[in-house]
Amino acid sequence: MAYALQQLINGLTLGSMYGLIAIGYTMVYGIIGMINFAHGDIFMVSAFIAVTAFTLLAAADVTSVPLALTFVLIVSIFFTSAYGWAVERIAYRPLRGSTRLAPLISAIGMSIFLQNAVQLTQGARVKPIPPVIQGGLEVWSTPEFTVQIGWSQLLIIAVTVVMMVGFTWLITQTPFGRQQRSCEQDRTMASLLGINVDRTISFTFMLGASLAAVAGVMVTVYYGVIDFYIGFLAGIKAFTAAVLGGIGSLPGAMLGGLLIGLIESFWSAYLWAEYKDVATFAILVLVLMLRPSGLLGRPEVEKV
Amino acid sequence: MSAVVFARHQITPAERLRDAGWVAFVALILGIPLIGLTTVDAGGSLEVSTRFGLLAACVVAAFGGRLGLRWMIDTMGARKLERQRADTGKSVGISPVKVVNVIGWIALGASIALPIMYSDNRYVVDTATTVLIYVMLGWGLNVVVGLAGLLDLGYVAFYAVGAYSYALLSTQYGWGFWEALPVSGGLAATFGILLGYPILRLRGDYLAIVTLGFGEIIRIILVNWTEFSNGPNGISSIPRPTLFGLEFSRSAAEGEQTFSTFFGIDYSPMHRLIFLYYLILVLALLTHAFVSRLRKLPIGRAWEALREDEIACQAMGMNTTNIKLSAFAIGAMLGGFAGMFFAARQGFISPESFTFTESAIILAIVVLGGMGSQMGVVLAATLLVLIPEFGRNFSEYRMLLFGAAMVLIMVWKPSGLLSHREPTLRLSRGGARNQDALEEAAQ
Amino acid sequence: MSTLLSVCELTMRFGGLTAIDQLSLEVPAGKITGIIGPNGAGKTTLFNCLTGFYKPTTGTLRLNHPTRGELRLESLSSHRVARDAQVVRTFQNIRLFPKMTVLENLIVAQHNVLQRASKFSIAGIFALPVYRKAEGEAMARAETWLRRLKLERLADHAAGDLPYGIQRRIEIARALCVNPVLLCLDEPAAGLNPRESAELNELLLYLCGEMGIAILLIEHDMSVVMNVSDHICVINYGRKIAEGSPEKVQNDPQVIKAYLGEDDEDDADDASGGIAA
Repeated sequence: MAYALQQLINGLTLGSMYGLIAIGYTMVYGIIGMINFAHGDIFMVSAFIAVTAFTLLAAADVTSVPLALTFVLIVSIFFTSAYGWAVERIAYRPLRGSTRLAPLISAIGMSIFLQNAVQLTQGARVKPIPPVIQGGLEVWSTPEFTVQIGWSQLLIIAVTVVMMVGFTWLITQTPFGRQQRSCEQDRTMASLLGINVDRTISFTFMLGASLAAVAGVMVTVYYGVIDFYIGFLAGIKAFTAAVLGGIGSLPGAMLGGLLIGLIESFWSAYLWAEYKDVATFAILVLVLMLRPSGLLGRPEVEKV
Repeated sequence: MSAVVFARHQITPAERLRDAGWVAFVALILGIPLIGLTTVDAGGSLEVSTRFGLLAACVVAAFGGRLGLRWMIDTMGARKLERQRADTGKSVGISPVKVVNVIGWIALGASIALPIMYSDNRYVVDTATTVLIYVMLGWGLNVVVGLAGLLDLGYVAFYAVGAYSYALLSTQYGWGFWEALPVSGGLAATFGILLGYPILRLRGDYLAIVTLGFGEIIRIILVNWTEFSNGPNGISSIPRPTLFGLEFSRSAAEGEQTFSTFFGIDYSPMHRLIFLYYLILVLALLTHAFVSRLRKLPIGRAWEALREDEIACQAMGMNTTNIKLSAFAIGAMLGGFAGMFFAARQGFISPESFTFTESAIILAIVVLGGMGSQMGVVLAATLLVLIPEFGRNFSEYRMLLFGAAMVLIMVWKPSGLLSHREPTLRLSRGGARNQDALEEAAQ
Repeated sequence: MSTLLSVCELTMRFGGLTAIDQLSLEVPAGKITGIIGPNGAGKTTLFNCLTGFYKPTTGTLRLNHPTRGELRLESLSSHRVARDAQVVRTFQNIRLFPKMTVLENLIVAQHNVLQRASKFSIAGIFALPVYRKAEGEAMARAETWLRRLKLERLADHAAGDLPYGIQRRIEIARALCVNPVLLCLDEPAAGLNPRESAELNELLLYLCGEMGIAILLIEHDMSVVMNVSDHICVINYGRKIAEGSPEKVQNDPQVIKAYLGEDDEDDADDASGGIAA
């Protein structure tokens, strides 16, 4: 029981990070209907930026954790959203209106490019940073097992909740959110009504990248080690999460992320850890077979 | 018309500079965290080191590159406009089909002659063999993606099934290449159907992600199920194919003969490479003949119809489930053959060779070539294998170049290099009257 | 007069919306039956139920097939409706195979016959006589319909590049290549100019008179429906409100109310006149 509770906590932490990345996929899919394959690598870039920023702070002898985190988050969000913007501008915008496969291929190309660019400029070896946040809260103690919530886990869950609230507000309450939603439903009509569609799409990419940046910082804080290859698997899982939740649906992405995180931690804990990715994909296949539009996605009525 | 010319000259040097300056600024922002700063390992902990010189060089390069590119695009555009204006009448060009056909024959001739001309150049023959493996994989995937329009991101799974089934059959049960060939293909096709069946209802991107998942599942199983696949260590000493029982080795096993003793020539390791090259060439050409023929048959037309409009297919009484499964099965079978050849050529396989990147490369070949175009696959496979090879001298840049090339080619030609579609049958042999008929119809 | 298709108390609900409500209808063999009604009346939904794209909530669809006996369409999947029951449809928003040529579109429609002849593609790959014969027959059939619909000179053009009116004709030609016993046409005159719709009238009469194909016709263009239909059924809000000969229907107070009462007659006229202009 205690062990299960611990897995629940770990799963929620992991799921929060997947959820943050998944939102980037789901938003981009919603607005231009493509899988932004490079999104996982944007997340990876953000983790590298976070490592550099943390190292800079350590060199400058900054010891206050809140100050350091704020600084790293801001720096990472700034540069990562620049990457999000640039990827869209270079690889996707020229392909708008062409076949569905063309942007997917250029996205895969972009993903390979980013991975190798980071490998070349930052080195292929893993990057460890000293733990930023240590310790935690003992929640429940039984003779066999002590359930612990790490401060970093609490931080991740809290930041995710804050981001989600802020993000929901942005999408539902602000003029930008309205423009974003209108472009999602009908891009042509939106542009006829005077909405700058290009700018809205760019902004969507930047927003998605910002959330990925938050996830990148959190991953750095939580695990303390990153390498240039983390983007691929995290990206795939986050995309799976987005599909699981119903692609195009923002709460769906978060829910899917949490589910994937929970499935993964419980599967690793009770079954075979080495097959945890198989479990993720198997569940994805099952969900899609039984409910092709995902958990919270609107079912597509086939218009004949 | 003059207005157009006027508009073209509107771009002033100042605007060009501003444009390039903006690009340089973006390059600076993007460059700071990755190029300008880096962390290096300094005795157990990280330390930041700076490379502002390199960053400055990159920014300058971005500025200059943008100026040059802009200028090139503008002059090319102007020239194109010029040509279009000169070309007011109907252009009496040679049809693109004929050009492609001629190039195809030349390519075939060159590929037959290649090992003869480079019979002592191991590198060239090896690279050409790699190109042909990708051509064959591209032709196989072309059935699924190019013709049937089913987006498959896990094609490498079938490649792996083919490779592992031969590796296991030969090392565990002593099967030869030729006996194992139909079995490997059949196994891969069975996998195609097994994987395809549950996901047939899915459309577009869902299909893509699930196939990607299947590809990963197969790889993860190969890594972890060590009793079966020997895990990450892979399977080694896979026997090479023989030519009617003649082995390509220095000395033959008991009761067997080697190629060199049979023909009474000196043993050379090149013989085997050249033999492998011709073997994959024959396999690839058979694949080509097979796929091209299928395209002109009801099943091939059904695939294309499926790609165009699934609902209309159903309304015409076509069983779309069977059509999709047949595309999956045949694509998988061809992938299995290629995988089997790969195992036989390398003599060693491990799950390393069957990563998602491989699937991505094969898909890129199909899409870059122009969906459904057989010649396009050849062109794209050649390009994508050779581009990283050109960067061989600074090998760490290979995949970087590869990724950049994928993006650039796609942006340059979104519908692929050769996107012309040749009808599978014609009513009139000529077709010269078609233009008039269209004009008549438009009235 | 024998009945080809009898629709019995058909109901189709989408969540809370009842698109078709207890609709009963008889389609006679070898005649043209028109189905009219204001927009959103449930006409296309009826077609979708008939051709297996939707599963009706309740009700039966009995087809009296001339050679295969009684078939229950509601239990067949969409491709079997076309293949086994030979009930073939066209679509309101044309669904051709746009990158394939007109001829290829017509050959694809004969897929089942050809696929059987190709013996799992083996006879096809080696171009055995059995396949070559079938292919020749398919070509001949396609050519016949191309000629009949004045499309033979466009046979080798990509279907998607052709003008709208021609695409409508191609879709009908393609449906005919499936060899239908019942042809369901969903607004075949939409977007046609007056000359083209006159030709359409002539074609429909020929198909029904000479070829004996029963036709179920959804159409807003009154000049087509009133001139060719033997029998008209008027639907509104998923229910049948009137039925009978064109003259009878035109004077039915219920019908006039359905159209005029909701100011829809103008729409109907505008739709046909407007697009044709």
